[in-house]
Amino acid sequence: MVNLVTDDDRRTRRPSRPRRTKPGWWQNPKVMPFLLVAPAIFFELLIHIIPMIAGVVMAFYHLTIYTIRNWSSAPFAGLGNFRISVDTSGPIGRGLLDSFLVTVPYTLLVLLFSWVIAIAAAVFLSVEFKGRSLLRSLFLLPYALPAFVGIMTWTFMFQKDSGVVNHLLVNDLHVLHSGPFWLIGGNAFWAMVVTAVWKTWPFAFIMLLAAVQAVPDDLYEAAVMDGAGMIRQFRSITLPQIRQTNLIILLILGIGTFNDFNTPFVMFGSAAPKSAETISMYIYNNAFGSWSFGLGSAMSVLLLLFLAIVSFVYLRVTRTGTEAVDA
Amino acid sequence: MRETNAGRWVRRVALTLIGIFTLLPVLIILDTSVKPLAEVQDAFSWWPHHFTLHAYVQMWHTVPLAHYFLNSIIVSVVAAAISVVLATLAAYAVSRFAFVGRRLFSFAVLSTQMFPGILFLLPLYLIFINLQRYTGIALSGSLLGLIITYLTFALPFSIWMLIGFFDTIPRELEEAAFVDGTGRWGALWRIVLPVARPGIIAVAIFAYMTAWGEVLFASVLTTESTRTLAIGLQEYATRNVTDWNQIMAASVVVSIPVVGGFLAVQRFLIRGLTAGAVK
Repeated sequence: MVNLVTDDDRRTRRPSRPRRTKPGWWQNPKVMPFLLVAPAIFFELLIHIIPMIAGVVMAFYHLTIYTIRNWSSAPFAGLGNFRISVDTSGPIGRGLLDSFLVTVPYTLLVLLFSWVIAIAAAVFLSVEFKGRSLLRSLFLLPYALPAFVGIMTWTFMFQKDSGVVNHLLVNDLHVLHSGPFWLIGGNAFWAMVVTAVWKTWPFAFIMLLAAVQAVPDDLYEAAVMDGAGMIRQFRSITLPQIRQTNLIILLILGIGTFNDFNTPFVMFGSAAPKSAETISMYIYNNAFGSWSFGLGSAMSVLLLLFLAIVSFVYLRVTRTGTEAVDA
Repeated sequence: MRETNAGRWVRRVALTLIGIFTLLPVLIILDTSVKPLAEVQDAFSWWPHHFTLHAYVQMWHTVPLAHYFLNSIIVSVVAAAISVVLATLAAYAVSRFAFVGRRLFSFAVLSTQMFPGILFLLPLYLIFINLQRYTGIALSGSLLGLIITYLTFALPFSIWMLIGFFDTIPRELEEAAFVDGTGRWGALWRIVLPVARPGIIAVAIFAYMTAWGEVLFASVLTTESTRTLAIGLQEYATRNVTDWNQIMAASVVVSIPVVGGFLAVQRFLIRGLTAGAVK
């Protein structure tokens, strides 16, 4: 079958043999790469770049339900939307600050716990033992499951009476006398952290496992000769060797967690308790709850600026760190 | 690492604890899905007293699950198919050609991954409803709008992964084909693609998983008739009684298409994901 097609192909090509030496203009190495990336660029422009520019422009207009279908009629707001967003004496600015103060510790805790679990799993799974590859696949389940399935399941597990968490704490482990409400008040924050850690750590694990396994074995051999124990090997060899991977996953997961919308939205709908209202959730509620798109865009721009500055500083500081070590 | 005797026990304890934490929700999903509603609403018990598959039957009637399922399949499959084609072409260009803007392109594509979704959700929504006003093409509330949105979501990682795969394919293979008179397109189609197939399939599954699980954009860009599973599943919880057993039964069914795909390609997916970050 395949042969037939090729024969056919050759037969039809024969008359225009010169093409072989002179391929069409689209095969010109000066043109072809641009043809190849053009479709990807088109969709990136349409879905990411143009909306982002539009978002920045929108932030300077009073875009509300009345002007939503006809932007040109929206009055120019100057920095008005930004002023409202950062004015912490007003309710909207105050709310944004509150959600920021939820999101920062949320991100740090999720990063910390996810990294600790991931590095432990990666180090322990880098040694050969029976059942290792099965365990590795099982550990990746939270990554493979759709995010909303995992979050809904944790929501059920955190129910006061019918949930497994309180059952474990009260009846099985006897840590508590009576199970608290997890999904209202301040506890909601912790319910969200646990859920996000469960969902996040496998990605860090995938990355770290590859990094840990790439550490040359003779380094450990030499260390063992020198009498280094496991903790010493981990601190003096593993950690420095996987530094680059650590830096990358902390950045990727940090930005992802800071923008987290799924966890509060699936857990609480649009009525998340104050303690669990992340920035994305707050902006979403403000924009779609009261249809103030200009204000929502201003807040999103502030969020992007914050992330850009933090990432920039992070990259600079960590690079300086490497140079210091090298010198 | 060289393991000591004490180390072995630390390893067993640590891995057991991590395993319990990781698998507990999976166990709860399966466990709850085979309990009757009364038992689920009652105080928690580990094992079902009355084993029943009732929830697996009932779930299709409580919520138009089959309809949402179909929407999710259409959106995810089409978005993944287009996405994988775009990613393959772009990655091949970056891997094989030196062209102006090559570095800028790779950087720009990767950085879009970092943008807060909420930032371009609002303008995208407005652009969609305005496009509809001027061109009559319904993008907001239609599957088409969701498809073109989702196909870009997996693009950055897909391009990144495929560049890694293509870089491992020796150029000599293509050069031999050029000598035989095959053009660049022919070389891509007949030489590179067959060799890179595992990577391409992994990338397709990745794009499919991304679309299948997306919540934020689906919550804004869909209406009742175009709703996907990510939003549709929450309908069980907005009724007077939350049928947790049906939610969990639906979760099992909803997860099978993605978890199955993931397990099938996990080796290549992991290789692709980690190739760039580990050096």
